[in-house]
Amino acid sequence: MTTSYKEITHNGLWKNNPALVQLLGLCPLLAVSGSVVNALGLGLATTLVLVGSNIAVSLIRKTVSDAVRLPVFVMIIASFTTCTELLMKAYTYELYQILGIFIPLIVTNCAILGRADAFASKNSVPASALDGLMMGMGFALVLVSVGAIREVLGHGTLFADMNLLLGPMAEHWKVTLFSNYPGFLVAILPPGAFIVTGFLIAIKNVIDANAEKREKAKRTEPVIKGSKRVRTTGTIS
Amino acid sequence: MAFMKMTSPHATRAGDTGDVMKQVILACVPGLIALSYFFGPGSLINVILASATAIACEAGVLKLRNRPIDFFLKDYSAVVTGVLLGLALPPYCPWWVVVVGTACAIILAKHLYGGMGYNPFNPAMVGYVILLISFPVEMTQWAVPRTMLAEGQDLLGPLSALQQIFLGGAIDAYTGATPLDVFKHNDSQLVQHLYASEPIFSTARWAGAGWEWVNLGFLLGGAYLLYRKIFTWHTPVSMLVTLFLLSVVFYDGGSSHSGGSPLLHLLSGATMLGAFFIATDPVSSAVSTKGRLFYGAGIGILVYVIRVWGNYPDAVAFAVLLMNFAAPFIDYYTLPRTYGHDKARRATEKED
Repeated sequence: MTTSYKEITHNGLWKNNPALVQLLGLCPLLAVSGSVVNALGLGLATTLVLVGSNIAVSLIRKTVSDAVRLPVFVMIIASFTTCTELLMKAYTYELYQILGIFIPLIVTNCAILGRADAFASKNSVPASALDGLMMGMGFALVLVSVGAIREVLGHGTLFADMNLLLGPMAEHWKVTLFSNYPGFLVAILPPGAFIVTGFLIAIKNVIDANAEKREKAKRTEPVIKGSKRVRTTGTIS
Repeated sequence: MAFMKMTSPHATRAGDTGDVMKQVILACVPGLIALSYFFGPGSLINVILASATAIACEAGVLKLRNRPIDFFLKDYSAVVTGVLLGLALPPYCPWWVVVVGTACAIILAKHLYGGMGYNPFNPAMVGYVILLISFPVEMTQWAVPRTMLAEGQDLLGPLSALQQIFLGGAIDAYTGATPLDVFKHNDSQLVQHLYASEPIFSTARWAGAGWEWVNLGFLLGGAYLLYRKIFTWHTPVSMLVTLFLLSVVFYDGGSSHSGGSPLLHLLSGATMLGAFFIATDPVSSAVSTKGRLFYGAGIGILVYVIRVWGNYPDAVAFAVLLMNFAAPFIDYYTLPRTYGHDKARRATEKED
């Protein structure tokens, strides 16, 4: 299987985005995207696990038989998740406490198992690593977008508490967009996550549809001079 | 003896959606008058603001969806949503509460599901619930009725009401607990003593100052709609009877743990508005007559349960939305027998 690196990148970030197109890993996407810091924290953790597991799965792809591949993949993913969990415990303890159960639950994120089975087990190590990175970034980007929209709508702020993840340098990053904002609580509550994600998917579909329309308009074949009209029924595509 | 010779069709006038919706708006007038008389012009401003927002949102979404704007605006369904939401919102709530609620109702609850006729949930109630969980402070400040105003205090005039709505300000002097609020937070007084000590009951005849007349107003409007056969009696009657029976059963003679008298439940809060204007929404309710009986009874039970044992003082919006969920299920089990069949077919039965 030969997939160009450009194609892998395009697939992960846009065309086959795990959150917007495959709709995988919706549970963390909906549960922890209440603010940018939570979303970014979980997005980075997921990316880390995804890259690690993709590399590991790709390395052992020729030695593991088909019959036992899924348990093996899950074991690999679980060990990387444990590593990430310990890292977060060590360096971003408060964020670790906020994200709580959703860090261990990265194991069950089907986007990760999906990439391990669908891509890493069939491709070379560098390609798998890039695929993991791009899929993870695509997931994290959507997570952060949802988080930003929900934080703005729900609290009227952006980048609040970023120091939990990025250390003291991010202490003053908090942007208060509206002072005296009453807080649109439904955006913070679970329904807000569904609504915002739905709108993001709709926007992506609109962009894709427009791009396709432009592409089609470009592709209309020029009429060659002197060619004869042929009577046809139906449409030729 | 002369027989009238009539051929079909027997309908005497053309009925279209716009006509029905205009009747519904007309039937809201008695309730609105009562609201304005007892609580000042706040509700009227709410209704106007919500209707204008509803029309604007409807037109905007229709344009985005490439649908004929004129045609759909003429069916007045957006205006009805706005009017009902405006009636349900507390008078003098800030303007953005009304606008956000109406926009959510039209855009999220109606058009995201496919627009007129496709919405599984009552749009006005979705807007109300979104507001209630998002802005609990603004949504739980109801104006005090005119019977409870202090000496020398007067209801807000139209100008000061507009100022209140658009510029904000301290409204505390004009807000108070609703009868259902007072009842919910009572855990030490006998009902009899509560009625004597709380001005919202002591200045009233049956079920809370102002509220009883507001509910009677909506009852009158509902009766008019029944007379014009806009909807059948099944849903409202079934809901009210259920609510009445439950409140009789759990009244317990008026101890401090009483669930409240039947009159309190029937003539307070949004009971009549809910029974005749919200639950009868033809799109989101059950379809068959038998189904409507179950649907109404479900709303009645849920209203009582949430009011008495739940966290919210009133529950019509939650009850209606929950039964909206159940409506397809009810329809499945209450398919009527069609002419020529021995018994009712199953909803999922395949056509031959």
